[in-house]
Amino acid sequence: MKIVVDFDVCQSHGLCTEAAPELFEIRDDGFLYILNETPPDAMRAKLELAIRECPTGAIKVEG
Amino acid sequence: MNANPIVVVGASLSGLRAVEAFRRRGVDRPIVWVGAENVLPYDRPPLSKQILRGDWDAARTALKANYPMLGVEPRLGVRATALDTTSRRVTLSDGESIPYSGVVVATGASARNLRGGEHVPGVHVLRTLDDALAIRAALEKRPRVAVVGAGFIGLEVAAVARGLGLDVTLVEALETPLERSIGLTLGAAVAALHTSEGVTLRTGVGVERILGEGNVERLLLADGTHVDADLVVVGIGVEPETAWLAGSSVQLERGVLCDSRCRSTAPDVVACGDVARWLAPSGKTMHVEHWTNAVEQANAAVASLLDGDAAPEYSPVPYFWSDQYDAKLQFAGQTEPADTLRVVTGSVATRDLVATWGRDGKLTAVLTVNNPAVFIRTRRAIQQGAAFDAG
Repeated sequence: MKIVVDFDVCQSHGLCTEAAPELFEIRDDGFLYILNETPPDAMRAKLELAIRECPTGAIKVEG
Repeated sequence: MNANPIVVVGASLSGLRAVEAFRRRGVDRPIVWVGAENVLPYDRPPLSKQILRGDWDAARTALKANYPMLGVEPRLGVRATALDTTSRRVTLSDGESIPYSGVVVATGASARNLRGGEHVPGVHVLRTLDDALAIRAALEKRPRVAVVGAGFIGLEVAAVARGLGLDVTLVEALETPLERSIGLTLGAAVAALHTSEGVTLRTGVGVERILGEGNVERLLLADGTHVDADLVVVGIGVEPETAWLAGSSVQLERGVLCDSRCRSTAPDVVACGDVARWLAPSGKTMHVEHWTNAVEQANAAVASLLDGDAAPEYSPVPYFWSDQYDAKLQFAGQTEPADTLRVVTGSVATRDLVATWGRDGKLTAVLTVNNPAVFIRTRRAIQQGAAFDAG
């Protein structure tokens, strides 16, 4: 599976970094970084939590 | 629970997240889902921002949902009108009576208006998509704008109207904006932010009367002064939508009164989102009218309905945000008036702030302006019970 973030929509709320700290990070520049764009399937539940908790609906998973 | 349907009452964010949670948990019982509005679940935060500014069309607020996979769509324009916890049935406004195995109350809240305001053209509240579209249309006529109530909705409306170059007066009964959530010191700083953007601020004074022939023309204030306006937007809080539960065994107390697991006083009836008031670990009841709570509490309520006492207690660190001009405010936690405030860095005026609150040596809350990285680190620290550094 592949993580796709719409960075035009993302507002750096950062809730995804709580749901899945292995996958997302807000850095001091204020922007979101994806730490692993193609995580193992074992991460799917955490990634789906991040998707549900994102206030701007910026995160998608492909595959 | 038996095989009767689960009834989810309310088709906004919390209702949608509840339906999704049931299916994620593998519950394949029928779900009867009703929503009072005639539109599929949509997202409210953009209403006071992108929709008012005219940046988005209405369709863009629709919440992403995979209805075929959920196996259910909300029945739109249908309300629940009564709950009978003895015969275990929900009565709907279309006359149907549904036997239930469980009920999720996610009916939300409705916006309060000024006394008589609902009868005066030009006076609006902002809660629904229709409300937002009506205000958007009114803004296009370039009115003089008065905003009543300097909470988050009022402040965002004021910011959008100033952004459109309109004259804006903001009237607030308390001494500063946001006084209850962030206190006088930072409330005054938010007031200064709006003044610097050209908003006329009238704080510490309430609205006495609305005047106007055919359309609103003037607000009379309690100190005898007045504000002339062609458009008035009222943001003075909400009333939980609980009228349909009156007379049932569900206890109401400024919302649906719930235990620490979002369970009402009636068996198999849970509540989530703006309508719920639940017992916090502090022993006080809590009520949070924000986006993230609608999401997190829906999951907690569904877990309680399915797992009972085995479900975790609901004890979130509340989060809300607000966009005003080029300032993104983010707040997490809960403050009490006696908490110690520490401005860690910056100021609201420079649109670069980190402020924290503490009580009994523990970190209780954080407010940042345009500092998302520090914000999320500090929110996590609150969740972990971190110590308060008084500086």
